[in-house]
Amino acid sequence: MWDYSEKVKEHFYNPKNAGAVAEANAIGDVGSLSCGDALRLTLKVDPATDVILDAGFQTFGCGSAIASSSALTEMIKGLTVDEALKISNQDIADFLDGLPPEKMHCSVMGREALQAAVANYRGEELEDDHEEGALICKCFAIDEVMVRETIRANNLSSVEDVTNYTKAGGGCSACHEGIERVLTEELAARGEVFVAAPTKAKGKSKSGLVNLNAPAPAPAAPAPAEAAPAPKMTNLQRIRRIEMVLESIRPTLQRDHGDVELLEVDGKNVYVKLTGACTGCQMASMTLSGIQQRLIEELGEFVKVIPVSAAAAAHAQLEV
Amino acid sequence: MADVYLDNNATTRVDEEVVQAMLPFFTEQFGNPSSLHSFGNQVGMALKKARQSVQKLLGAEHDSEIVFTSCGTEADSTAILSALKAQPERKTIITTVVEHPAILSLCDYLASEGYTVHKLAVDKKGRLDLDHYASLLSDDVAIVSVMWANNETGTLFPVLEMAQMADDAGIMFHTDAVQAVGKVPMNLQDSAIHMLSVSGHKLHAPKGIGVLYLRRGTRFRPLLRGGHQERGRRAGTENAASIVGLGVAAERALAFMEHENTEVKRLRDKLEAGVLAAVPYAFVTGDPDNRLPNTANIAFEYIEGEAILLLLNKVGIAASSGSACTSGSLEPSHVMRAMDIPYTAAHGTVRFSLSRYTTEEEVDRVIAAVPPIVAQLRKLSPYWSGNGPVEADKAFAPVYA
Repeated sequence: MWDYSEKVKEHFYNPKNAGAVAEANAIGDVGSLSCGDALRLTLKVDPATDVILDAGFQTFGCGSAIASSSALTEMIKGLTVDEALKISNQDIADFLDGLPPEKMHCSVMGREALQAAVANYRGEELEDDHEEGALICKCFAIDEVMVRETIRANNLSSVEDVTNYTKAGGGCSACHEGIERVLTEELAARGEVFVAAPTKAKGKSKSGLVNLNAPAPAPAAPAPAEAAPAPKMTNLQRIRRIEMVLESIRPTLQRDHGDVELLEVDGKNVYVKLTGACTGCQMASMTLSGIQQRLIEELGEFVKVIPVSAAAAAHAQLEV
Repeated sequence: MADVYLDNNATTRVDEEVVQAMLPFFTEQFGNPSSLHSFGNQVGMALKKARQSVQKLLGAEHDSEIVFTSCGTEADSTAILSALKAQPERKTIITTVVEHPAILSLCDYLASEGYTVHKLAVDKKGRLDLDHYASLLSDDVAIVSVMWANNETGTLFPVLEMAQMADDAGIMFHTDAVQAVGKVPMNLQDSAIHMLSVSGHKLHAPKGIGVLYLRRGTRFRPLLRGGHQERGRRAGTENAASIVGLGVAAERALAFMEHENTEVKRLRDKLEAGVLAAVPYAFVTGDPDNRLPNTANIAFEYIEGEAILLLLNKVGIAASSGSACTSGSLEPSHVMRAMDIPYTAAHGTVRFSLSRYTTEEEVDRVIAAVPPIVAQLRKLSPYWSGNGPVEADKAFAPVYA
């Protein structure tokens, strides 16, 4: 059985706000019945203030779909419509103390129902471009549609590329066969032949691990590295340079709902704090060594990146 | 109150006599059956006895037709790959759309390697069209592989007739019989079946042991080459304790064969009738007149299977579902899809599979527990209103992604 959090179980066994709201003036119907989920969200919104006075759900779906629906209704009650729209599917998952990767689509459905309901309230047409396929990478919950579209959009040709752009395959690597299959099909479609990288147990190959230097799918500004850094920097220059490196890494982390914060620089020691989804991530140590590598390259000297736990960080500054 | 286990098509409890028979083979009788000394020799004798027990359960002509493997999946893979290796000029495989993934995934892989795979379709009750099957039998077919009984619905397939048809056309026939062995009486020596797969843990033997029945004279190429174990047809040191266990399990299965087809069947029928009488908009999937005696697969419309299982689990009842969510895939069971069961019902299928350990009290508990759970979930469902589905003109029709 799934490894559901206590919070998920609580919202499944005793769902909040089940059923349709009386006098609803916003209804959002979404679903993907082929994957076994469908949701109707009904809202009662105060037309004068845009505040959501009441919310109710009706869900055809599994335990986590029902729990996500229940969580969503609890989260949005009392918010204005605009505030509610800022809730991401990750927020819903976080509210429930996390969802198994295979179940993240349940939280996506919750968010889509909210968008649909708001569109209905405002009398707008909802454009739904969301599409999902069978899950390829279970470590990072990446589906086949995402892998395929990223390969097409960026002309990718290796498993390593796919990992760098989507994270798929960056964990246990069991899905590499599946990624190779998609690559073979996509390369054939553009008249190329997929050739696998040579197998190497050890060595310099970076394959399989998330590479912080990877270009973001959106045209990201590559850090304009001025080659040959000056041998001596003032302390302030040095810290600014470190901040600049962290700034260039930040979008990559934020794509995965994480973030990094510089706390202190003490000689060769750079103290940072990983926040959001980075905390507790299996890849946190990879992320840190990636940051360290970038700093060493940028500064032209050896530095050590030291993670500071949330508790210790509280002493240094106010908790975020 | 002890939990009620009605998921015996997934796996079974190991019979106490089986456990007792196995124990000495971990300690005193630990020898390698290939060794000449007395430590090994006794183990060799025990394996021979186990082989004969399995032979008897299957009604095989010779005990050397029994090849022990690590599981049912290994037996399936061995059978199909052997047929292709032994007959390289034949490039076609015939199977069905409702096979277990042990067959389907392998066939999909082989299709990507250039083989032609015909998957026989089924009708709404999960039955095959034998005329269509006959039309596909040709000199290019290396092997036909059709399950004896479907794991989800329990529907039985006419494998004896189909094997005869294949044999008449000079084509090898394999059947994945992991759900049928121990529940359906068999006499393979009178059949035209060339190969058959058995899985120990489906009949109260431990996990990690299986059998490939290989009719004498069938051209064969091993999957694992190495030592001379299993007459060179499956190399690798024998899993002695488990083989002994499977031997005892086979004897016990034979002894309980009648019980399985009378008492277990009666309890299954009672459970099914009791649930259907109390729950509207529910129906049995598959072919109710022609199925395993222990399996009831019921579709509960307008609700989702995983949610049902979680609530059943909360009251101590274990069953399984064909819903997408329980498998981690996005699609509901390929078996339900193949039978053209509507999505709103396919996602709400629950399989109750009984065993010789199932009691009347347990069945009564399930009959009492299911209706309120279904009602509770229907109250949450957008497809349900009051005492029935939402009327057609107001039907819930979400924007599909």
